Amino acid sequence: MTEVVVTLNGEAAHVPAPASLETLLEHLGLDPRAVAIEHNREIVRRAQLASTPVAEGDTIEVVHFVGGG
Amino acid sequence: MYIDTPFEIAGRQFRSRLMVGTGKYAGNREMVEAITASGAEIVTVAVRRVDLDRSKEESVLHHLSPDNFFLLANTAGCYTADEAVRYARLGREAGFNDFVKLEVIGDRETLLPDVAGLLEATRILVAEGFTVLAYTNDDLITALRLEQAGAAAVMPLASPIGSGLGMLNPYSIRTIKSRLSVPVVVDAGVGTASDACIVMEQGVDGILMNTALAAADEPVAMAHAMKLATEAGRAAYLAGRMPRREVAVPSSPELGMLA
Repeated sequence: MTEVVVTLNGEAAHVPAPASLETLLEHLGLDPRAVAIEHNREIVRRAQLASTPVAEGDTIEVVHFVGGG
Repeated sequence: MYIDTPFEIAGRQFRSRLMVGTGKYAGNREMVEAITASGAEIVTVAVRRVDLDRSKEESVLHHLSPDNFFLLANTAGCYTADEAVRYARLGREAGFNDFVKLEVIGDRETLLPDVAGLLEATRILVAEGFTVLAYTNDDLITALRLEQAGAAAVMPLASPIGSGLGMLNPYSIRTIKSRLSVPVVVDAGVGTASDACIVMEQGVDGILMNTALAAADEPVAMAHAMKLATEAGRAAYLAGRMPRREVAVPSSPELGMLA
């Protein structure tokens, strides 16, 4: 199995390849319904996660709701 | 008994005029208990990176069901229009509605809004179909411009975020309320129940607070007090207060006194 290196939430991360955003979330143990994903500065809708490949050098942000005012 | 009109933003009715934040509580259980005691339906949340080293840390969604609360994503911590727009888009994707509590902050010390950036972000987000609730200064002209830009509600501050100073300028708040057609929700700065009551007595549509609950000695008890104060202030506004006078006027008859 090969891997790709991406910038995930600001840090270098090694992701088993081939990967989609959906498999990345699975790998991270995250529920897609509780997060939002930005892929190279573009928001990816939940329905598109499985069909969006993760490539070497991608920048990915995974966010969720935390306490705030 | 006077029956109030429903509290409505962008055609959607809400059960409480009190909106609360979810930040700065000592624990999630206390947060949920306080929010429940406040009676609030609209609850603000922030958008932040998932902590991947501790991914078992739960999102606030694990504690507040969107079935019971209307989760209002904010853009807190954003200092430019572009940044706020980015956070708003992420919040819409992570959340359950197209409402955003839009903050564009201009200064780290006072956390006062950057009104130029706020107007710019409002225009962009309104064009993208967002329902924008804009956190702003207690400045009439900015409030009017935000309404013209399509904000669904304008949220002038009582005093700086987290300060607990109460309402510094009731005249400005009343003027903004009297001139806008969209709902006016006073956001930030209340410290205790009397502050909330005075805010609501100005006739504004609603009030939003976070630190006043989270930083109270007993957040759940303060949430209860704030619920009562919000309702009392609203009821007093609807009742219409007596005129202020510089001289005393006796409450008992002057006729019939003994000679």
